[in-house]
Amino acid sequence: MTRVGAFIVAVAVLAALIGPFVAPFDSASQDLALRLDGPSLQHWFGLDELGRDILSRVLAGARISLLVGLVVVSVSATVGIAVGAAAGYFGGHVDEILSRAIDILMAFPGLLLAIAMVAVLGPSLFNVVFALSLIGWVGYARLVRGQVLRARELEFVQAARALGASTPRVLVWHVIPTTLPAVTVQATLGMGGAILAEASLSFLGLGVQPPTPSWGTMLNYGRIHLLDAPHLTIFPGLAIAVLVLGFNFLGDGLRDVLDPKAAPSAR
Amino acid sequence: MLTVPVLLGVATLVFSLIHLIPGDPAQAILGETAPQADVDELRHRLGLDRPLLEQYGVFLAGAVRGNLGMSLRTGEPVVSQVAARVPATAELAAASMFVALAVALPLGIAAAVWRGTAIDSGATALALAGVSIPNFWLGPLLAIVFAIQLGWFPVSGRGTLAHLVLPAVSLGGALAAILARMTRATLLEELREPYVQAARGRGASRARAILRHAFRNSLVPVVTLLGLQFGAVLTGAVITETIFAWPGIGRLLIQSIGFRDYPMVQGCILFIAVTYVAVNLLTDLVYGVLDPRIRYE
Repeated sequence: MTRVGAFIVAVAVLAALIGPFVAPFDSASQDLALRLDGPSLQHWFGLDELGRDILSRVLAGARISLLVGLVVVSVSATVGIAVGAAAGYFGGHVDEILSRAIDILMAFPGLLLAIAMVAVLGPSLFNVVFALSLIGWVGYARLVRGQVLRARELEFVQAARALGASTPRVLVWHVIPTTLPAVTVQATLGMGGAILAEASLSFLGLGVQPPTPSWGTMLNYGRIHLLDAPHLTIFPGLAIAVLVLGFNFLGDGLRDVLDPKAAPSAR
Repeated sequence: MLTVPVLLGVATLVFSLIHLIPGDPAQAILGETAPQADVDELRHRLGLDRPLLEQYGVFLAGAVRGNLGMSLRTGEPVVSQVAARVPATAELAAASMFVALAVALPLGIAAAVWRGTAIDSGATALALAGVSIPNFWLGPLLAIVFAIQLGWFPVSGRGTLAHLVLPAVSLGGALAAILARMTRATLLEELREPYVQAARGRGASRARAILRHAFRNSLVPVVTLLGLQFGAVLTGAVITETIFAWPGIGRLLIQSIGFRDYPMVQGCILFIAVTYVAVNLLTDLVYGVLDPRIRYE
């Protein structure tokens, strides 16, 4: 399953990188005479409500989904590592304050907070990334805090301290690297989560705005044509499901290799 | 217990929402072309012309008393409108959890009992697919097949049991997948315990040893997970209610966002978040009852 996951993710990355160059049509070009036409030899996934080629738009949508996933996961992991490492390493009041903040944010349904944030800030790609990063770092912080609590007692960390290494050096060079396997697993699974969350927001009309091709936005417009053109719904949804499945497979496989002591996977 | 600070944090976040609106919230609600007198009147009505701390105090005091202001769209109290939608959301959430359990438990048990077989692989693949398929895709797919093609269920709305089926399956699908994985993992652990072997040694059949002994004990983490996933169900309900035009709080929230009815948005979010916190607290307490080794300070 890990290989299947890696293959799916590799294909999606390739689609994001070269998709616009190999796509059969321009994702924005319209042919109103053929609007809502179903799949055919010329248009494999059919055409949407403005006569745009759905395959080309799905390929272009991969770029948005992966970009959002990558930025959200990178920002969340960076902030989460910094906060979690500070809480776990310094302990005491620092840990107390940061842990309570983490508890409060974890007690709030994440996607709901994102919906609320985007509702007031306005729908846009930037606001989606901002809102998802704002809720995303908490999980990393809690994970890293636990790992750092263990790592700070390890002999090589104590040896580095005894040799006079400064706190930032001990943290950056000795403690934080021990957390990276678990963070990598969480980040891989988090990519799937971020892609789903972006698609959810876009589906609700709160995310990426037309004419930018986002899978969630395409599904939102497909909903209107559920009766007469179900292909508008089927293909973008399939793309989301397959890509998220790919990240889940990959994350599960990586956990077994990088972090075998973690909760057992379903394998 | 963290419940009080968490609730205070949730209320503070919800209060902050209206102040995160770029520019003047009253102007943003009414639009750029609104007359200044109308903007000033709305600002006064929302209490935005008072000092921030006073606004916060009034909001908290109102929230405790169940007064969250008036809807900008209908002019009715936010609380009464939210309360009117509670039964629909509660019905959907309960039905989706029922669907999830009805699918997850047999699937998880079968995967654990026949570990390493095709049944296990199939159940695991199904569970992973369930986690990956977004409910905003599953919902329309179910509607295409079972409502439009086969005509078995209505496409949208609320009223009869038939109206409930597709939204409940759509919302419960991912939860079923998560619970099935957990059931399999915990049951596998329990099956390795000596007491299961002892039950078999005393003459209990394999089915009895599994269902009566191992499965019962494996239920504790499953029930906990069910409680912890309630937040995901409530958030998912926002999407499912939008898809199936289900008249619950989630749909009210999305409609209110569209109308820039921010007091109503705040009311919906506060209600969902507080319910989530309350269910988490309840889960903690139930966990303690189910497993007496757990004690709270």
